[in-house]
Amino acid sequence: MTQGSAPAAAETRRKVHMQLLVNGEAQEVAFLPHKTLLEVLREDMQLTGTKHGCELGECGTCTVLMDGEPMLSCLVLGIECDGVEIETVEGMATGAGPHPLQTWFADLGAAQCGYCTPGFLMTAKSILERDPNPSREDLVEELSGNLCRCTGYLKIYEAIEAAAKDMREGSQ
Amino acid sequence: MMRLPPFRYHAPDTAGEVAHVLANEGPEAMIVAGGTDLYPNMKRRHQMPSTLVSLRRVTDLAGIEWGSDGGVRIGAGQTLRALERDPGVEGALPALWTAVHQISTPVLRNMGTIGGNICLDTRCNYYNQNYEWRRAINFCMKCEGDVCWVAPSSPRCWAVNSSDTVPVLIALGARVTLVSDRGVRELPIAELFVDDGIEYLAKQKDEVLTSIEIPAQGEARSVYRKVRRRGAFDFPVAAVAVRLAFDGDRVESADIVLNAVGSTPVVCTDAAERLVGEVVTEDLAAEVAQVAWKPAKPLDNTDLTHMWRKKMVRVNVKRALLELAPGT
Repeated sequence: MTQGSAPAAAETRRKVHMQLLVNGEAQEVAFLPHKTLLEVLREDMQLTGTKHGCELGECGTCTVLMDGEPMLSCLVLGIECDGVEIETVEGMATGAGPHPLQTWFADLGAAQCGYCTPGFLMTAKSILERDPNPSREDLVEELSGNLCRCTGYLKIYEAIEAAAKDMREGSQ
Repeated sequence: MMRLPPFRYHAPDTAGEVAHVLANEGPEAMIVAGGTDLYPNMKRRHQMPSTLVSLRRVTDLAGIEWGSDGGVRIGAGQTLRALERDPGVEGALPALWTAVHQISTPVLRNMGTIGGNICLDTRCNYYNQNYEWRRAINFCMKCEGDVCWVAPSSPRCWAVNSSDTVPVLIALGARVTLVSDRGVRELPIAELFVDDGIEYLAKQKDEVLTSIEIPAQGEARSVYRKVRRRGAFDFPVAAVAVRLAFDGDRVESADIVLNAVGSTPVVCTDAAERLVGEVVTEDLAAEVAQVAWKPAKPLDNTDLTHMWRKKMVRVNVKRALLELAPGT
């Protein structure tokens, strides 16, 4: 066990001011240096689309994209995100309508209670950016860090496959 | 919200600067790489470093460099995902690839590093719990308490080394480099571990693990087998790594390493020696597995029952040997 002498309050209560690049917009934010990205997004930037679940890396609902890769915002410090392109569920829809993944999640019942949905959407988006036509086996593996207690996963896989098909056809 | 306790934060640019900060800050500072092990521990108040030294900006801890002889030097800051996606690792070091691929989940492998998995804090059912849970049992020896609840009469802590990569790296003969303000030292990775649940690393508090070197494997073959409850997330509760080099169909050299059955990885020297010069048959594999099974002494402090975990060591050593034997 490492039980350090607590740092002096004044030293740790001073907010850091920095620029975070979230959903394509550079924003000035001030937050305490020991806050996680999840806390900064939800509490200091009012971006509450990203959910807090276990907060220990065991559920995946706080997943955001950092430079395109899914990461758990509950296990990253806000101050570690200097110069990183962060993408949250709020930035998914571009233009007038929702993202095809969001449309198909709604249409196929892939969101039931909905608490895991932002995390699944972000992971799914990164999967499709890497591979526009993933196999079911790849989907199961790549989504294994996101837990859902409602759907039994099948509807989620089907929604991602339907969205992938739309996106492939749309880009031709 | 389960929040992190406050700390001082440093993010140096080079390994040398990391060592310098560690020397200045003293033993209450801790290194953080991916954060996937340390941050949950900090949130549950197991580990409360006064200072965090982040490796995130350190550029000289990156890279997977293959030598012309087939050996490889891996920067300790390399993410597990980068190793998993490296075709060289998958092709030339399949046991390492399997171990990395089976760590936790893809999203955690995007964050966690190989150095972090090597230095992973030991785990125990009485330790990896939140503060209130641990307070209710009056804590344990590893953090704030006096007793080891899995062996209450024991003078030591029995938390479990739960790294997937460590047994493989030992079997492959890897060496690690540690850097401090006092200098640089290199040692076989097996010597990095100590048989104690609290002081489980020979790495000093002012040292930073910078790289792992794996010698060329030539024609040697290796395999990793992991026991866990779920196909994702879970740490190993019995792990077996085996490396065999053959001369024709006879074993020329063998390494059998167990993990997650004690506070330190178990190198099964007797079992490995029994293989040298022999042809691996079903009977020999069973006999060697029985020898390797003896030093595995899991206690009842992880998921699944400890007697079954011990039994699975024997099963998995035998299966690993038969998997590697030519023509079986």
